[in-house]
Amino acid sequence: MKTEKPFWNPYAAGIVLGLVLLASFVLTGRGLGASGTFKHLGAAALHAADPTWAEDNGNIGSLFSPTRSSLDAWIVWLSVGAAIGGAASALAAGRFRVELLKGPRASREHRWIAAVAGGVLAGFGAQIARGCTSGQALTGGAQLALGSWVFMFSVFGGAYAVAWFARRLWI
Amino acid sequence: MDGPLSQVLKLSHGSEMLISVLVGLGFGWALERAGFGRSTNLTSVFYGRDFRVLRVMFTAIVTAMIGLYFLDLLRILPVSSIGILDTYLWAALVGGLVFGAGFIVGGWCPGTSIVGLASGKVDAALFIGGLVLGSVLFTLGFGDLRGLQDAGARGRVLLHEALHLSSGSMVFLVALFAIGAFAAVGRIERAVNARGGASRAAAADDDISAAA
Repeated sequence: MKTEKPFWNPYAAGIVLGLVLLASFVLTGRGLGASGTFKHLGAAALHAADPTWAEDNGNIGSLFSPTRSSLDAWIVWLSVGAAIGGAASALAAGRFRVELLKGPRASREHRWIAAVAGGVLAGFGAQIARGCTSGQALTGGAQLALGSWVFMFSVFGGAYAVAWFARRLWI
Repeated sequence: MDGPLSQVLKLSHGSEMLISVLVGLGFGWALERAGFGRSTNLTSVFYGRDFRVLRVMFTAIVTAMIGLYFLDLLRILPVSSIGILDTYLWAALVGGLVFGAGFIVGGWCPGTSIVGLASGKVDAALFIGGLVLGSVLFTLGFGDLRGLQDAGARGRVLLHEALHLSSGSMVFLVALFAIGAFAAVGRIERAVNARGGASRAAAADDDISAAA
């Protein structure tokens, strides 16, 4: 096995992540986020298929304007930065490797299906809650927004409730 | 200064987007260094083996919270001047449960899946395909789902407002809660990993050793 740099101490990593979030508040007044990018990607696909329908849709209609691409949005640019930052960090630490991560008992096929199914659930749930672990839990958690704290405990609750049924994927 | 820099300086759209890329660089770097570029690290919190996810997350929240409310106190950045998230109680509850199920089944959340993809993880790429599909399904069904997204709308509610406390007391209580959680999960980890035995530890070694 190649030598990889160890991960940061979790408390140190948390402080750095918290300072990035704080910097975002100070610089733009926005927090962090990610699910919005995938909403934008899906919306752009729907818009390509039927512009009129997409512009009239209550969930995504407001993303489109005649002057600017719907993908030219702060959350999409944030994700572009996150991808570059993540890749740079993984490469610098010797951790970049094309692989499928799964528990020791899971088959590749089951892991593939579960990854897609989990993504569908997470994407759908993030739309209901108007955000994900970054845009709601982390950002709203630091703001002390009530709904974000409800969301955070609910995420842990949902995951722990399903963990037993998903155990063959991970342990 | 009485607001975010981009508003005070009336930055152009392009400058603001450039700032977003730079913030994103820090975001992705921090997530990867935290160990969040591996789904196996992320899910072990739900089996009581490694609470790295909770430690990083709560530390980040407390750090940003203290910074934000300190800047508010100094009138450098009033909390009211930033984009505070509105509360939709039932939407947060139901959406959180569905999202949490997706997290443990898929092994990622949206932000970490970006970092996973950027570090070559095939399951992150598949999860991202699912995320786009899930968002599209919601949009397609929005006529029926709009009520769910708006359920329990309360407008802007901060924890200390709901509990009738000063913001300073609330910041202190949340920090105390985080410290209590750190102590509690340390005990759970030791109990779970002691009970697990050597054979399971060996099987899971690949996944957990990196996080130790």
